[in-house]
Amino acid sequence: MTLTDTSPVSDNSKDTNLVPELLGPWSLIWRKFKRHRLAYFSLWFVGFIYLMALFGEFLTTQDINETNRRAPFAPPMSVQLFTNDESGTSQFLLHARGLKLELNEEERRRTFVEDPDKIIPLGFFVEGYDYKLLGLIPLNTHLFGAKNPRDRVYFFGADRLGRDIYSRIVMGTRVSMSIGLVGVALSMVIGISLGGISGYYGGWIDNIIQRLIEFIRSIPTIPLWMGLAAAIPLGWPPLRTYFVVTVIVSMIGWTSLAREVRGKFLSLRKEDFVTAARLDGLTDWEVIRRHMVPSFSSHIIASLTLAVPLMILAETSLSFLGIGLQPPTVSWGTLLKEAQNIRTIIQAPWLLIAPGTMIVMAVLALNFLGDGLRDAADPNAH
Amino acid sequence: MTEPVIEVRGLNKHFNIGGGFFSKPNDVVRAVDNISFDVMRGESFGIVGESGSGKTTLGRCMMQIIKPSSGSVKFHGTDLVGADQKTLRQIWQAIRMVFQDPQSSLNPRLRVIDLIGQSISKAEGLKGAALADRVSELLTKVGLRPEFLHRYPNAFSGGQRQRLGIARALATNPEVIIADEAVSALDVSIQAQTLNLLKDLQEQYALTYIFVAHDLAVVEHFCDRIAVMYLGQIVELSTTTDLFQNPKHPYTRALLEAVPIPDPRARKPRRLKGEAIPIVASKGCRFSPRCPHATDMCRETVPTTRKIDGADVLCHYAGDI
Repeated sequence: MTLTDTSPVSDNSKDTNLVPELLGPWSLIWRKFKRHRLAYFSLWFVGFIYLMALFGEFLTTQDINETNRRAPFAPPMSVQLFTNDESGTSQFLLHARGLKLELNEEERRRTFVEDPDKIIPLGFFVEGYDYKLLGLIPLNTHLFGAKNPRDRVYFFGADRLGRDIYSRIVMGTRVSMSIGLVGVALSMVIGISLGGISGYYGGWIDNIIQRLIEFIRSIPTIPLWMGLAAAIPLGWPPLRTYFVVTVIVSMIGWTSLAREVRGKFLSLRKEDFVTAARLDGLTDWEVIRRHMVPSFSSHIIASLTLAVPLMILAETSLSFLGIGLQPPTVSWGTLLKEAQNIRTIIQAPWLLIAPGTMIVMAVLALNFLGDGLRDAADPNAH
Repeated sequence: MTEPVIEVRGLNKHFNIGGGFFSKPNDVVRAVDNISFDVMRGESFGIVGESGSGKTTLGRCMMQIIKPSSGSVKFHGTDLVGADQKTLRQIWQAIRMVFQDPQSSLNPRLRVIDLIGQSISKAEGLKGAALADRVSELLTKVGLRPEFLHRYPNAFSGGQRQRLGIARALATNPEVIIADEAVSALDVSIQAQTLNLLKDLQEQYALTYIFVAHDLAVVEHFCDRIAVMYLGQIVELSTTTDLFQNPKHPYTRALLEAVPIPDPRARKPRRLKGEAIPIVASKGCRFSPRCPHATDMCRETVPTTRKIDGADVLCHYAGDI
């Protein structure tokens, strides 16, 4: 279109074919997000962790509640690819080296050492204990493990009762990761509704909600949690305890989200396009739903993603302190609790390292993912 | 041109400055201060003033986007002030608004068809193909191609976006369009195009415009009557020719003299001293601190609007100086 053109209808017909396919806001966000390598990788990693939570039993090698008197504090076994048979030739066989107990003269107690003669062949899709996949399909196939169901492998070692740490971490994923999701969903509901009311209507309602948030935030977290958790009767079934712990964890989580939503509402309320939408005859609710929410939903998704790791850490801290989930329930927090005293850590450091690494990796991945989403959702960032 | 469409009477909007939860406001800004005027059917009514004069607030108070503190805005006899939401939505179909910045008034996340179509589907319940037809028709009316229907606003240039804004305003077949600085975000040649478009549409659909602007050159060619605002008050209201040829209020004179003349040998205009301070003492004429003709009377007594040669002027000495 030339500058002095007064009849643009006829004039700009020539550029029809030059206009590329125009992308909507969501595809633009996705394109920007994919360029963020670390976040993109984290998305896959987080997806993998959630799959692990979903298909936990399939990935485990042993029943998590099965104890083994002969393997308390067994160290992680090494996995090797080749064996030497009698003639001394090397042969390919995926296997783990078994362990045997030996008296350690120096320490004057019995310790585990690797037994070169005991070879545990490993395989994929092996037979193991019975379980129900997704709670529906009865199965006894496991992705990998010892070929002989009676052999026991400890990839990450065993705890004081000889239970397999690896399997317990895999199963703990379900509780720990879902507590993050459920907790965030709960904070989202409270946070968005209270923050939305606060920001859209303003005035005295805003004042009351903001003071409430400030009050909640001024309470020291750990004592508050402890107080609330102390109210959970010990006799409650694990599922109910789990639910209450989630509620407790999200009691704090919603405040920051509510503030963010409020801020967004406050700034959007004054935007011309919101005024214009109101003048178009839309009701308050329609304006919120069609114009305001879409313009900050990507931002909210990013904040929610960033809130998930906080929830996970909160659950872990609670369970570690012994006021969250109780031992029959397996979560990363209850696993860490096993590594509470110094002697255990010296004797069996894998009790701390294995679940600890898992938590750190999950939290980091979720944080990177959230950062990437936030950057991609911000139209002003480059 | 004789029948008033909109009658504004004693409109006030006061903003409290400072103060908090427990304390009283420290100061009051009278952004719109006791303003009254009529807008006649089919005319273009200009409202001009420097920034901070309250012209945008006035436009928004008329639409009830900002609730006025007091006064009345009557549209065909129905008062908008204090009207319920249902009545307001009805009237918002007849009085439409074009915003200054098309970038911010068009939601970047909605397609053209949704942006322009939402008022139609709200007002008439049109959907699907019928709605698409109506929106393409509107796009053609404002000189855009109907194929742009499914594009997002970011695919348009500034001038095209303002055309979208105009199409959106036209969507409900309005009687009155309040254009709030509708062309000031555009460059000069696009301004001319847009103004021509507005003129054409006015002839075609017998529209009445309330044109808020700060650019005198724009209103001079566009408006039939002009109200000059200073610190929330209309200091002079008269026909365009009269205002430009025979300005009566000293502020109007200063404004007209400040229009740059594209001639290097032209006489340098007298500059106004000081600046418009929105928080003013209740005593005297608001323009008196900057007025070259101010006397003790100006500083002591509040002037009242007087009719001089067909113009409404808010000055003690208008006509004499």
